Amino acid sequence: MKRWSDIIFKYFGLACTFIGLFLLSVFIYKIISIGIERIDWNFLTNYPSRRPERAGILSAIMGSVWIIVLTAIISVPIGISAGLYLEEYGKGKTWYNKLIELNITNLAGVPSIIYGLLGLEIFNRSLSLGGSLLSGASTLALLILPIIIVSTREAVRAVPNSIREASFALGASKWQTVWRAVIPSSLSGILTGVILAISRAVGEAAPLIVVGALAYVPFVPNGPMSDFTVLPIQIFNWTSRPQHGFLVNASAAIIVLLAITLFLNLIVIIMRIRREKLTKK
Amino acid sequence: MYKLESKAIHLHYGDFHALKGIDMKVTENSVVSLIGPSGCGKSTYLRLFNRMNDLIDGVKIEGQILLDGKDIYDKNTKVDELRKKVGMVFQKPNPFPKSIFENVAFGLRVNGIKHSSYIEERVETSLKQAALWDEVKDKLKKSALALSGGQQQRLCIARALAIEPSILLMDEPASALDPISTAKIEELIYELKKNYTILIVTHNMQQASRVSDYTAFFYLGELVEFGATRDIFTNPVNTRTQNYITGRFG
Repeated sequence: MKRWSDIIFKYFGLACTFIGLFLLSVFIYKIISIGIERIDWNFLTNYPSRRPERAGILSAIMGSVWIIVLTAIISVPIGISAGLYLEEYGKGKTWYNKLIELNITNLAGVPSIIYGLLGLEIFNRSLSLGGSLLSGASTLALLILPIIIVSTREAVRAVPNSIREASFALGASKWQTVWRAVIPSSLSGILTGVILAISRAVGEAAPLIVVGALAYVPFVPNGPMSDFTVLPIQIFNWTSRPQHGFLVNASAAIIVLLAITLFLNLIVIIMRIRREKLTKK
Repeated sequence: MYKLESKAIHLHYGDFHALKGIDMKVTENSVVSLIGPSGCGKSTYLRLFNRMNDLIDGVKIEGQILLDGKDIYDKNTKVDELRKKVGMVFQKPNPFPKSIFENVAFGLRVNGIKHSSYIEERVETSLKQAALWDEVKDKLKKSALALSGGQQQRLCIARALAIEPSILLMDEPASALDPISTAKIEELIYELKKNYTILIVTHNMQQASRVSDYTAFFYLGELVEFGATRDIFTNPVNTRTQNYITGRFG
């Protein structure tokens, strides 16, 4: 009886896994078969154009790069510090810490368009940043902060208490223990969370559109206050055009976006392997 | 004067009365083993001497612990200063995920020592004291986690010795190790005794009789009997001590 249910569940689970993988590979296959021939040097270095065969994604790529860097600069220090605080200092000790914990978990589930509206009100209007890179990056930083905080907390929680005790027993202060023993022991987990959060930000279009990113940008951003567009917005814009040529362009841009995301994930994997070499061997 | 003295120590974890009035006097450069069944307060008692119990919420401590005649629970005692004088080795080896060198140097670095030739010298001396130098001298930059369990535990001892404490607390330091590594740790304790006062918690009666000068038998939060190891093992005063040592309970 028990063995039958084991076997059934095993194959059910296997089937579920394959459904996801199958759909994803069909999607990727279609995209690549449509878009791959469009990717060439001109496509990567041209500005957008009314004519699909002359349009390129230079401004979108550069916009995305700017957004990644600015978002990381804003969100990473805040997110890691908040995660460390919640796990090491204020772990459910007081009512406000419990309230913060509950809220952060919930924030991770708020739809990104809501963050866009928040960004529009705070950064675009109240702080008069307009539809600039800084405005967009700040909005995305808010969006991924809960992810960074939650993954930092999980990484820090996984550090065995014996490591903290070892540090304290050698006369280290709380700060030294966190900085020299806890962070090095949880670094790969923290960085994994950071990069996964950033890959999420790379793929966002909705909040940036709300904040005021442009769809047609025939220039490369020259600073954080510049107007901008990003790859997902460019893709969204092209898919809404009737001509077939823009559909091909959108597919090609999706391939580039996927490549960037895969590249970021590759960094995570390499870092994890190197870290494991250091910590296990 | 005694190196360590505990006077009427009571410890509560919330409602639980874990230590019930412990008095003990420890002379300098002696080895004291703390024996008794699990959960009777030995480790808790050991952790009083470097104030590791401070890290646990809801612990209340009454009484005095004197180190060189000074109360370490006095308001003016700096806990990090105290822990420099009282080193600790834990039950399970707990090296940091850093290189062998950095593990031993950790205590020096957190205490603000930056002089690199001094740190190198201390690392080498400590590893020699812990009888690990010959095995690791060519791979000091390698991760400490690559060492075997017994080597890791000796590394943890070296790490504790690097900041030159005068007292060493050992919480079942050999319980996770194989017999050969255990023998090495015991030899080491014998060597270290010349310069250090050592308190060791152990569940191994033979180990207690081999390494220690004095033995304290704990039972249900009380110190049942304390005296010279030879007396405790050959001629215990209390029948509970006798029953425990001869393996009739515990």
